[in-house]
Amino acid sequence: MKALLLLLVIAAPVTAQVPYERILDAASEPGSWLTYSGSYGAQRYSTLDQIDRDNVDQLQPAWIYQTRSTQKFEVSPLVVDGVMYITEPPSDATALDLRTGRPLWRYRRSLPQGIVTCCGQVNRGVALLDDQVFLGTVDAHLVALDARTGLVRWDVEVAEHTEGYAITVAPLALDGKIIVGIAGGEYGIRGFLDAYDPATGERLWRFWTVPGPGEPGHDTWSGDSWQRGGAPTWVTGAYDAELDLLYWGTGNPGPDFIGEVREGDNLYSESVIALDPDTGELKWYFQFLPHDIHDYDSTQIPVLLDADFEGVPRKLLLFPNRNAFYYVLDRVTGEFLVGKQFARQNWALGLDENGRPIENPETIPDLDGALVYPDDDGAANWYSPTFSPQTNLIYQNVRETGATYYLADATYEPGKIYMGASRRRISGEDPRGFLRALNPLTGDLVWEIQVHSPPWAGLMATAGGLVFSGTTEGDFFAADARTGEVLWRFQTGGGIYANPITYLSEGHQYVAIAAGSALINFALPR
Amino acid sequence: MNHRFLISLLLPLALCLPAALSAQSAQMEQGKRLFESQCGSCHGPLGNGGKGANLAQPQLRHATSDQALQSIIRRGIPGTEMPGSFLTPSQVSSIAAYVRTLGRVEPEQIPGDAGRGAQTYASLNCQTCHALGGQGGIIGPVLDDIGARRSAAYLREALVEPEASVPRGFLQLRVVTKDGRAFTGIRVNEDGFSVQFRALTGRLHSFWKDELETLDKEWQRSPMESYEAELTPGQTDDLVSYLVSLKGDT
Repeated sequence: MKALLLLLVIAAPVTAQVPYERILDAASEPGSWLTYSGSYGAQRYSTLDQIDRDNVDQLQPAWIYQTRSTQKFEVSPLVVDGVMYITEPPSDATALDLRTGRPLWRYRRSLPQGIVTCCGQVNRGVALLDDQVFLGTVDAHLVALDARTGLVRWDVEVAEHTEGYAITVAPLALDGKIIVGIAGGEYGIRGFLDAYDPATGERLWRFWTVPGPGEPGHDTWSGDSWQRGGAPTWVTGAYDAELDLLYWGTGNPGPDFIGEVREGDNLYSESVIALDPDTGELKWYFQFLPHDIHDYDSTQIPVLLDADFEGVPRKLLLFPNRNAFYYVLDRVTGEFLVGKQFARQNWALGLDENGRPIENPETIPDLDGALVYPDDDGAANWYSPTFSPQTNLIYQNVRETGATYYLADATYEPGKIYMGASRRRISGEDPRGFLRALNPLTGDLVWEIQVHSPPWAGLMATAGGLVFSGTTEGDFFAADARTGEVLWRFQTGGGIYANPITYLSEGHQYVAIAAGSALINFALPR
Repeated sequence: MNHRFLISLLLPLALCLPAALSAQSAQMEQGKRLFESQCGSCHGPLGNGGKGANLAQPQLRHATSDQALQSIIRRGIPGTEMPGSFLTPSQVSSIAAYVRTLGRVEPEQIPGDAGRGAQTYASLNCQTCHALGGQGGIIGPVLDDIGARRSAAYLREALVEPEASVPRGFLQLRVVTKDGRAFTGIRVNEDGFSVQFRALTGRLHSFWKDELETLDKEWQRSPMESYEAELTPGQTDDLVSYLVSLKGDT
């Protein structure tokens, strides 16, 4: 009997095998959701079309998973082979049975005292590679879990959390490496992007987003300001396997609002960087916002698109930036092609021919207060845009709200806020929120839906002709991707601070969204 | 050693001892009472473990100092089932002092050789079902820190008579579906309408209960068979000694 049992166990297939090739070819299995943005190209578009414009009004909750956390629930779930993998704030992970919604395992992290994160102890999701689940933690560790059991395979310190480093980003799994970024731009950290060996947790490379002495770009920081230069990497990037380039957005320089202590362009803050994923070598960069003093963080999702641009087929990178400009770059070279305002702003008088902003001096924070649009939550933020090849539109949730900024002291102490301004809301003016559909090659507005408050929800387009979005008031809704007509809505009872995903379970299409502290899975009635 | 000198040195101290001792024993008595009422339901009446960790050992993994021990009793251990408490500082220090005495019991006499036990572990293919250091099977409990959680006596019994005390979370199920498929597995989760289990092949299954013909819970069964016949007493000692040495610190 024992011998038989042994045989059985050895012969058992290993479940949840997600080799790199499977993620690379994610488009061929739309029933799964294998990486943060659905595919390396980060379009967050699904070819699933069971739920469409005609039947979406019948969509109803099929199952709900409740977390016990009161922190913002920002997860973008992954789905493969009948299992959904989520994170729960602050730094926990759970595997759910897709069929029933029941937990299969839970990883509950014991966190040290004194975690500092600027904007909530949140987490946006896991990465999957082979038979492991990868999770970043707010105490700045990277953890590999056994996908079958949730047991820890390894746990490595990425950075010292008491200095203000934290991980909220979903890691990105590539061929033989796990890419993970860091948060802490409000704490005077020095930013970087890391790659780790999935088998051992050994660090393969680190790219400092603030160059050290002797490195190119170091001279864009006055004095020793580079040591506290920020430029965090807290939103998941994209990957082009053909070019073998990894694209990642970088955040604000530190201190956020005081420019005098860091004269210069402050490379590579407020940029998209293109790296060789094997070495971490910088291939090109485009800095959206040299010497930022408004805390705009260019940490959005780089959306990859191959299209004819002015009659020539090009590999493009689309980037609706938190600074209220929509950018189109050539992703082979980083060449600036388009920069177009897509939301209310007053910080720039325009962009020059190279895409460099002409800044409005009246918006520089001072002691009397400077009125700035958008405020430092931006016109966009970490939440995802989506591109639909069906409509050939890119969709972005847009925040339109300003604030008055008053200079404040910024004295660096490890682990303490290092920003340099206080902010006052503008009275007598309602902040506004929109879902906007833009022409991907020009940034021109095609249609918009106004929502109540500025949104914090990401978007997902599907081949059913739909765009899914959510509101801060808890409405999850689907709009006609061609026209912006709202075809279905559901009040979830909790604010939506997350990206939607879609998948197949037993052949039926589901749509999932985190709202409040619940993860809600919708399906058509059977 | 000059005894007279020693006595003259200790005499003044000794005169104070009875009062100090009785205060100490009162604290210990309070600590014991509190431990049994507040902690015993998880850690066992003797503190040697159950649902909670075995505290009857000289070194505690989380409570590396007296201060840390008191902090854990007050605040709990986040991410585990160890809760915090509203005990007063004096109650906390009584419990902590008592817990420390649990670890001062004579260490269990484990006659075996841990090195040889490691070889026995490998030759029996224990790793087929149990994981150690991230490697191995997932049918049985992970053994990384089994020596910190279980006594030698418990482990010996588990080898000889596994079904005497099946660990929590390892309920064996026997399942027959309405379409005639039969499975034996370890329960992963269950609610009123569904059950999830891991078959002995390692494969995960999820069924609605109305898809099942029968669902039998074999509370006294374990996929692990007795190794009594397979091991000499010496080998059992070695294996127990090896398991006790696994404290989760590597």
